[in-house]
Amino acid sequence: MLELIVISTLNGVLFGMLLFLMASGLTVIFSMLGVLNFAHASFYMLGAFFGFQISRWFGFWPALLIAPLLAGAIGAGVERYGLRRVHKNGHVAELLFTFGLAFAIEEIVQIIWGKSPVDFRVPPLLDFPAFTIFSTNYPAYKIFMLLVSVAIFAALLITLKKTRIGLIVQAALTHPHMVGHLGHNVGRIFMLVFGVGTALAAVAGVIAGPALVTQSNMAGLLGPILFVVVVVGGLGSLPGAFVASLLIGLVQTFAVSINGSLSEAFGPLSPAYATTWLADIWNVTVAQIAPIMPYVLLVLILIFRPMGLLGTRDT
Amino acid sequence: MSDLTSSAAPPYPATAEKFKFYGLWVAAAIALLVLPKLFSSGGSLTTFSLIGISIIFSLSYNILLGQTGLLSFGHAVYYGLGGFLVIHAINIIGMNKLPIPLPVVPLIGGLTGLLFAVLLGWVSTQRSGTAFAMISLGVAELVASSALILRTFFGGEAGISANRTKLFRVFDWSFGPQIQIYYLVAAWTLLAVIAMYALTRTPLGRMCNAVRDNPERVQFVGYDPHVVRYLAFCFSGFFAGIAGALAAINFEIANSAYLGAVQSGTVLFATYIGGVGFFIGPIIGAIFVTLLSLGLSDLTPVWQLYFGLIFIAVVMFAPGGITGLLMMHRPLLKAGRLSKVLPSYLIAFVPTLAMIVGLILAIETTVHFTVNPGEDSHIKAFGVRFDAANPYIWAMAAILLIGGFLVARKTWTWVGHAWDDATSVAREKGVAS
Repeated sequence: MLELIVISTLNGVLFGMLLFLMASGLTVIFSMLGVLNFAHASFYMLGAFFGFQISRWFGFWPALLIAPLLAGAIGAGVERYGLRRVHKNGHVAELLFTFGLAFAIEEIVQIIWGKSPVDFRVPPLLDFPAFTIFSTNYPAYKIFMLLVSVAIFAALLITLKKTRIGLIVQAALTHPHMVGHLGHNVGRIFMLVFGVGTALAAVAGVIAGPALVTQSNMAGLLGPILFVVVVVGGLGSLPGAFVASLLIGLVQTFAVSINGSLSEAFGPLSPAYATTWLADIWNVTVAQIAPIMPYVLLVLILIFRPMGLLGTRDT
Repeated sequence: MSDLTSSAAPPYPATAEKFKFYGLWVAAAIALLVLPKLFSSGGSLTTFSLIGISIIFSLSYNILLGQTGLLSFGHAVYYGLGGFLVIHAINIIGMNKLPIPLPVVPLIGGLTGLLFAVLLGWVSTQRSGTAFAMISLGVAELVASSALILRTFFGGEAGISANRTKLFRVFDWSFGPQIQIYYLVAAWTLLAVIAMYALTRTPLGRMCNAVRDNPERVQFVGYDPHVVRYLAFCFSGFFAGIAGALAAINFEIANSAYLGAVQSGTVLFATYIGGVGFFIGPIIGAIFVTLLSLGLSDLTPVWQLYFGLIFIAVVMFAPGGITGLLMMHRPLLKAGRLSKVLPSYLIAFVPTLAMIVGLILAIETTVHFTVNPGEDSHIKAFGVRFDAANPYIWAMAAILLIGGFLVARKTWTWVGHAWDDATSVAREKGVAS
């Protein structure tokens, strides 16, 4: 039991930090541009596939650097030549633009790399068990993932709190119009923020690619969970996104490792249910419903706290 | 007070206008009746049925997007649940020999859609805008994932099927042949379109528009925007359920794809490409997208990519959709200035077409080398054969794409100028744009 808790906590925090790498970019983009980037998970996927391709040509370490830069450049281009043009048609058009983009990126990735998973391996340097805990080998690569996410999280925090750019971004989180009135080149800041945000998602893609499955549907699988994170945390709230990322990371990891079901818990009480169509609900294990846990959490949050955990803006 | 209301009410329509209005509906009904006589092949009847279903679904979606300003990413939930319940209903009716004929069965689907919209809608419509979009996505994922867990009811991956011909018969119609299904779909399409048009004319329909445009002011007037959004959501769910029911009857099967994100995305594409600003927009969009998806899939293996690119192009360059583009020209037509714009369109058309051809060439050659690199390089796309390994083809693609883009950008500026001139003349003539 203790083993399960320790391992699941480690994995949960890891998944949560990965989610936050993406959710942070998404949140900052949403706060500044007012548009929820539907294609954000697609940039995560692009990061993974670019990482795969570059690591094949030059090795993993250059890929870790080049792939996010490449994805970030594409992101900046999307903002400059796509979103900025759509902006005058309103928020719905912007959201739809990113929706169409997500659709197109998935198709393009399918055309180039195919539908089946690609063989994106953990670099040999990190392919060893870091430590053994309760007879379970914990891979070093996962520790590396955790370290990278934490390092980027720290860098992000310092940039936001200590630099001039960070100051402007912070100001734009709460008063986006005022920042424009103060004479900053809002267009360039937007492009930069969009580029950095998508690059962060791509970093998550590169480091998650070898550990998870690198496949053309990974954006479609992760995207909805990412949006749950930002809604649960509160749209536009960076601390909220952090709390929600960890929460959902932990909830999902723990749910996967629990094998109980209603019939196991209350089985002897009323076996009559087992014959009707309610049998599905009766027999389903917690591990099986793990994929829907984030959405259950979303509905609960919406009923009891529609603003999100730490949200303040009602947009 | 009574003076104010009477002067604010629109003038009673003249007989000629009324005639024109009702004539349009009668003409639509006659067209639906005659259509299978003109195109009687099985394939075209199936296509017409699919278009009819898609029209109901898109119009029900437009109650949300176009009329209430709610962007939903999970509309297929109500469509799919309607479909599943109808399949179960057909099985139950058939097994117990209940005196319920097939033509009223879609109502069960509609009521299912309504029921689930009533249940899920209150939470979903608490907020509008981006938050609503994300919530609808979350709810859709929740329902779609649950459908795979509740295997007995939803039939898992394979879905559940039914036999529509075993029901109680009226007028000896078995609903086995596609022509009878066509008439069933056509009748329900006409009914649903009339009902949804009538809905836009009711006070509720008007309040929906008000909530879309200015929810704060709606609150000042004394309405609760949340309640208005909720009611719109319920009506939308009802008609989506009817569409899902007709789809289930048409295919005699319901599976988890009915509920999925692809279905939600398709209806969003159809509605938006058609145009959300006018009632007829989603109808045109449904026809266009259904024909496009049926036609393109024969022409090229990567039709979904083109589909996405068309959608992006519409969002970027024609936010009003197809109908929005057409309706833009009405003031010009009325002022008789349309002829001033058309030549510039023709000039812009040539380089734009060149650019598109270049893009298609580039995509198709890339597809050849990435998807099936080992095969013969003489490929066929859009009915045209060419050698994908030929460097001339590559050069041509590059020249068409880049050259077309540069020239097209120039010509579209001319179109803009011609457009501005024409509209300003039209405005001077006193035609409101």
